Amino acid sequence: MDLALNVLEIIENDPKIDISEIASLTGSSDGEIRDCIGELESNGTIRKYKTVIDWDTVNNGFVYAVIEIKVSLERETGYNVVADRISRFPEVRSVRLISGDHDLSLTVRGKSMKEVAFFVAEKIATLPQVQSTATHFVLKTYKEDGVLLHEPEHAHRLPIVP
Amino acid sequence: MKRTWISNVVQSVPPSGIRRFFDLANQLPDAISLGVGEPDFVTPWHIREACIHALETGYTSYTTNQGLPELRHEIANAFHRDYSMDYDPDDEILVTTGVSEGIDLVVRSILNRGDEVIIAEPCYVSYKPTVVFAGGSPVTVAAKLEDEFRVTADRIQEKITEKTRAIMINYPNNPTGATMGKKDLEEIADVAIDHDLLIISDEIYDKLTYDGKHTCFSSLNGMKENTIVFNGFSKSHAMTGLRIGYALGNSEIISAMTKIHQYTMLCSPITSQMAAIDALRNGDVEMEKMVREYDRRRHLIISGLNKIGLDCFCGKGAFYVFPSIASTGMTSEEFAERLLLEKGVAVVPGDVFGDSGAGFLRCSYAASRADIKEALRRMEEFLASIQHTVQYNVA
Repeated sequence: MDLALNVLEIIENDPKIDISEIASLTGSSDGEIRDCIGELESNGTIRKYKTVIDWDTVNNGFVYAVIEIKVSLERETGYNVVADRISRFPEVRSVRLISGDHDLSLTVRGKSMKEVAFFVAEKIATLPQVQSTATHFVLKTYKEDGVLLHEPEHAHRLPIVP
Repeated sequence: MKRTWISNVVQSVPPSGIRRFFDLANQLPDAISLGVGEPDFVTPWHIREACIHALETGYTSYTTNQGLPELRHEIANAFHRDYSMDYDPDDEILVTTGVSEGIDLVVRSILNRGDEVIIAEPCYVSYKPTVVFAGGSPVTVAAKLEDEFRVTADRIQEKITEKTRAIMINYPNNPTGATMGKKDLEEIADVAIDHDLLIISDEIYDKLTYDGKHTCFSSLNGMKENTIVFNGFSKSHAMTGLRIGYALGNSEIISAMTKIHQYTMLCSPITSQMAAIDALRNGDVEMEKMVREYDRRRHLIISGLNKIGLDCFCGKGAFYVFPSIASTGMTSEEFAERLLLEKGVAVVPGDVFGDSGAGFLRCSYAASRADIKEALRRMEEFLASIQHTVQYNVA
């Protein structure tokens, strides 16, 4: 397996892992791994090291909503101008161009439902290109970015098997 | 003397050496286990979902003795794709309840009383008893560390008599993790052809081959007719408990095996057969992901064992390593028992898999990375403590 792909698969699931452990998992030297990760960081393949948090377990956590938007397009610039404008709000966690009834899908985060609703009403719905919005509040997250947010299952194995 | 109901044949087979060790490990539920011969992954969800769907839609009946036609077709397709081998799903494929049943069926199909089967050792614990139960005599040939645990044609040649009927091999190997290249296998094929012997090739770990490509024994020149290949889903798709495997071979032997299977097992469980169809149609992505993770753990455990001073041959298959404990002067059983009781780490003594496994341990890396690292740390402590004892005794 290609070393870069192998390293990416390892750190995608465990960004806190030591360089030396990645080296022993891949049969490489520490130097090779340092160089490989350095290259992946500098060429923009690795954008950021993130933590998946279940905010439901924390008091005063966050409220999330999925916002679907229809936009009217400008002749020259297409979706990019409006998508870029929306992306710059820190409340907006993700922006995607989607197929189907709507054009853009956003994830918005706030401290309360009221805060999210007002943000959408004041900042998003008022943009000149935005024709309509549909807000769906997230009630419970079962899986986030490939991680199950409930107790993982365990294999029921015997301690010794031939 | 107390009368016994048990037949002479069954009495002649000693209980599996692993049994006592299993009982011991069971008393220590918190021990870290590197003693397990099955994946630590749960069966991929799409396969479990296929089982649920099969139950929901009423697939709870018997199937034809040979197995569902769709499954036999998928198996034939897979062998064509992976090994350019063409097996006729109608009469050259039998779906079994795991490879263990298949091995039992083939030896019962071919052996007359007193016939000999040459078995490469160290080997899976069931091979020799299965031959004995079928009225045959197992003749073992040692695969040695100096040959990287490959069995050689010369050593096999020495054991052939006029009673020899078959040669039984298993590569990638349980318990050593050894693999055999095409050239090594061809030398064994030549011996089989010269002496008109059947090859019984258990290839259950074929998908778990790292650094290289597995060669299916029957794909060697002229070997399709006198090789029975066994495979299944337990290791490649983490489906041990679903008990499903298959045998491929010439129609005469497959038909004889089907006769026994029909009167004893009848058919493999239909839920497992439906799961196997889904595994073959949709299982490659998840399987390849598991194989990549095993390969990482293989590197981790081999470098770790060598670092703490247990010489470990670099096996390229299955999910086992077979480190030598010769440097400690202890027997395999003594080492494994003390490691379990004193440090809470379960490994399997190598001689459980045959005399040539004496002086080795089987460590499975079908365990989480965290468990492997902690087991290595405790083994290092254990080695330090026994060295201390040795010095103390000398003083």
